[in-house]
Amino acid sequence: MAVTPTTGRTISVEINGTTYEREVPASRLLVHFLRDDLDLTGTHVGCDTGSCGACTVQLDGQAVKSCSVLAVQAHGTSVRTVEGLAGKDGELNALQRSFHEHHGLQCGYCTPGMLMSATALLESNPQPTEHDVKIALQGNICRCTGYWNIIEAVVAAGQGGAA
Amino acid sequence: MTAVETEAGTLQKGAAVGQSIPRKEDNRLVQGQGVFFDDVKRHGMGYLHFVRSPYAHAKIESIDVSAALELPGVYGTLTGDEVAILTDPFFQIAAPPGGHVKDYALAVGKVRYLGEPVVAVVAETRELARDASELVLVDYDPLPVLVDARRALEADAPVLHEECGGNLSYAGVWEWGDVDAAFDEADHVVSIKELHFDRFNSTPLECSGALVEFNRGTGQWTMYTNNQFPGFAAIMMGPALRVGLDKLRIVTQDIGGGFGNKITTHPQLVACCLLARKLNRPIQWTEWRTEFHQSMSHGNERWFEDTEVAVQADGTLLGFRTKAIDDAGAFLRYEPLGGVIWSQVAAGLYKWRHLRLEFTQAMTNKAPVSPNRGYSRMQQLWFTERVIDIVAQELGFDPVEIRKRNYVQPEDMPYETPNGCVYDSGDYPRALDLALELIGYDGIEERRAEASSRGRLLGLGIGSTLDSGTNNFGQSQLVNPDLQFSGNNEVATVKLDIFGEVVVTLGTTPQGQGHETTASQVVADILGCSVDTVHVRAGHDSYWNSHAGFSGTYASQFAVTGLGAVKGAADMLAGQMKKLASMVFQCPEEAIELADGFARIKDNPEAALPFMALGAIPNANNAGFPEDPPTMNCRYVYRPFFEVPDKERKFGNLTLTYATQIHACVVEIDPETGVTEVVDYAAVDDCGVRVNPQIVEGQVMGATAHAIGAALWETFTYDEDGNLLTPNFYDYHVPHALDMPPLKTAAIESPSPFTPLGTKGMGEGGGGGIHCICAGIQDALRAAGAPIVTDSHNPYHRVWELIQHPERSRESVEVRST
Repeated sequence: MAVTPTTGRTISVEINGTTYEREVPASRLLVHFLRDDLDLTGTHVGCDTGSCGACTVQLDGQAVKSCSVLAVQAHGTSVRTVEGLAGKDGELNALQRSFHEHHGLQCGYCTPGMLMSATALLESNPQPTEHDVKIALQGNICRCTGYWNIIEAVVAAGQGGAA
Repeated sequence: MTAVETEAGTLQKGAAVGQSIPRKEDNRLVQGQGVFFDDVKRHGMGYLHFVRSPYAHAKIESIDVSAALELPGVYGTLTGDEVAILTDPFFQIAAPPGGHVKDYALAVGKVRYLGEPVVAVVAETRELARDASELVLVDYDPLPVLVDARRALEADAPVLHEECGGNLSYAGVWEWGDVDAAFDEADHVVSIKELHFDRFNSTPLECSGALVEFNRGTGQWTMYTNNQFPGFAAIMMGPALRVGLDKLRIVTQDIGGGFGNKITTHPQLVACCLLARKLNRPIQWTEWRTEFHQSMSHGNERWFEDTEVAVQADGTLLGFRTKAIDDAGAFLRYEPLGGVIWSQVAAGLYKWRHLRLEFTQAMTNKAPVSPNRGYSRMQQLWFTERVIDIVAQELGFDPVEIRKRNYVQPEDMPYETPNGCVYDSGDYPRALDLALELIGYDGIEERRAEASSRGRLLGLGIGSTLDSGTNNFGQSQLVNPDLQFSGNNEVATVKLDIFGEVVVTLGTTPQGQGHETTASQVVADILGCSVDTVHVRAGHDSYWNSHAGFSGTYASQFAVTGLGAVKGAADMLAGQMKKLASMVFQCPEEAIELADGFARIKDNPEAALPFMALGAIPNANNAGFPEDPPTMNCRYVYRPFFEVPDKERKFGNLTLTYATQIHACVVEIDPETGVTEVVDYAAVDDCGVRVNPQIVEGQVMGATAHAIGAALWETFTYDEDGNLLTPNFYDYHVPHALDMPPLKTAAIESPSPFTPLGTKGMGEGGGGGIHCICAGIQDALRAAGAPIVTDSHNPYHRVWELIQHPERSRESVEVRST
């Protein structure tokens, strides 16, 4: 049977509780779908090789690099981005507060990815040790902080020290 | 922060200044609500992608863009031939021969480094622009390639820029004191054949880019971008585009790291401007990571040849002579300023008075260099620290004692260096003691023995650095006497709006340094209000009229220039608020105080005007006043006092402040593999008054991480054909969370006597980690044949080579004693 290659497809993705239906080119990356099509610009791009983690989101609960997922692969899934972390009234959650209090960010460009990787960690391991945090953030690059304050912030959030 | 010592008992700290107030910027950034340039969108915008050179050096025979233009959704292209007609070459900072370089937004006639932009393609989507770029046909005729600055200076070397008659961009002899007499007098002369400071940069996580709009009616471009020195960009772009600076509106908000690497984006911005005008649509350009690595802002690679050091029997250092060869890469985008900036710290932290350095800069077929955290001073400080540790090892001095003997002492402050720079304050021996205490120096020999029992080589290293800040741009005249730049400035406005809002505008372009927070702290204390009620506009906009020629965020100066401007404007506003209140209350101005958000009579606090009333009167309720009420809108230009340096003697004060960072580390080396592990690390900072200690510590941490990366993993390595071998984060290994050693920090506060708040610029850190890790490796390898560490970059294979062949590096060192 002859197969005609398609260049686009309509996808439906639930993002931070809202379902979006859009037609996307087959080559579009999830990160560009989020940023360019939906204007969810909190998710960032820092490399072309899947190395930096600035684009990390949760896809059905798993932390994934959205530069390494095609938008069409996200069809039918539930995605959570950094915009989905704070409460509806804009109140920061414990992890966000902890980054703020421990000076876990400077330029803020890696921060969304750091927060999403750390969120996935805390969901599976609510009280991570410093080493657990380092392992979980191994796929996220920060060029400003040297990681010390980020690690401290995530450990403190796990210990309920963020309040 | 483990220890803080304040030297001065007279610090004038208020309720907010001096406090680690969590940053105001964080609220938007932790929610993904920052606005970085790539977040800005416009209807109908076209995405720009550059076709880049696959050759390091080649003639461009022909360019054919027709296939790309035929692709549906492609809006247009721009080639070097068009650029050469529509623009003038960028102004060159260099005098001849470097001044003859012709630099355009796109390659014209030939390419000079791999990754050089040759053609720009604009299309409806990012993907399409990239695909269409593949359809552009460029015929190249490859030329011989130069990747070594030393080779570039040989008479028969291929030439990059024919107009220059060779590859030399700048040469100068810098000599102070009586060098020959010092060497005649010296008990020992230590010579070091060659030292090499490696090529890398800070690789901010956000690459460069812009959204550029052209207004046909006014002829003005608006650039939403992440350039970190808009004053410099405008000066470069205006003449090239043949327009006045009023036609260039530069806007930044959040910038994803800069570290100096985002100063020289003017060529790409000009390409965007030309296409926005040509295609009559907004142009969106976002650089890809590989493009950044291949083409943007590498740090200055530098060789030090035939170094000699004059030393007395007691370890007193008299002076040095050396020949520095600097590799500028293919174009002089900010160079040859690196040829003078090093001399801010020519002597390092030491009292030697007789110095001679022949500086030569060459152009090579590698990416152009431009400022990188610690710009040009880091190289010089690494050199002085290497010299100290090599001298110590070869003559049998203790690295701690020889430093303390030769450091400029606290009682010498303010200290004039041999080249006329003035070190404003500091206590280097005390900072070193603190750092050594934090890494457990007292037990180091026991630890060395214990590590040895595990088959590991343990070493201790020290890195003493100065973070010179607030440039006197008059130093540019030392490399080109015809330049008309001098001094420095920064601007801030502080106003009281109708409802009593305190609104602050800065000329700076912060990239994570927390300017909104620290500016609020300064203003709150002056106006007697809370930090929360001070609103600092985010970012930079040349429409705000709050900038001057040197505005931007670079070269460790915000705490002096930026906050100096903020303080000046806030003092002006405080004066106006008191005057207005005195007019209302019909009392002398001196009777009014600002406190708790009110202007009130000191002796009768019940008589108080809220800020809202003070803001409303001049703005919206001004009838009946016998004289004009004050405007409540204050603009202040901070200008540090500088003289133009003496061009003949190359003598003068080049920066206003000298912050200190002393780093110390303990490393362990596996002799089987050459892998170095940093097991203990301490950094002690002294930047005078710390407005926000948490932010200062964050900067120290960041500088430490960059330096550790550069010392062990990060390098821009080229093969002999000029291919960059580390063009992405796979091959260019920046530190990850698991790579970081335990870190201890401490601070001393030696206020600067020269600045409005006693602060000093800080943030760059002077590459302290590079110096101390090199020293630590050399110390560890004393037990393995005592090789000499001659390179700033020491990956496992280089350390392994040192262990296998200690005699090779030892051959480069010689001691002559009388």
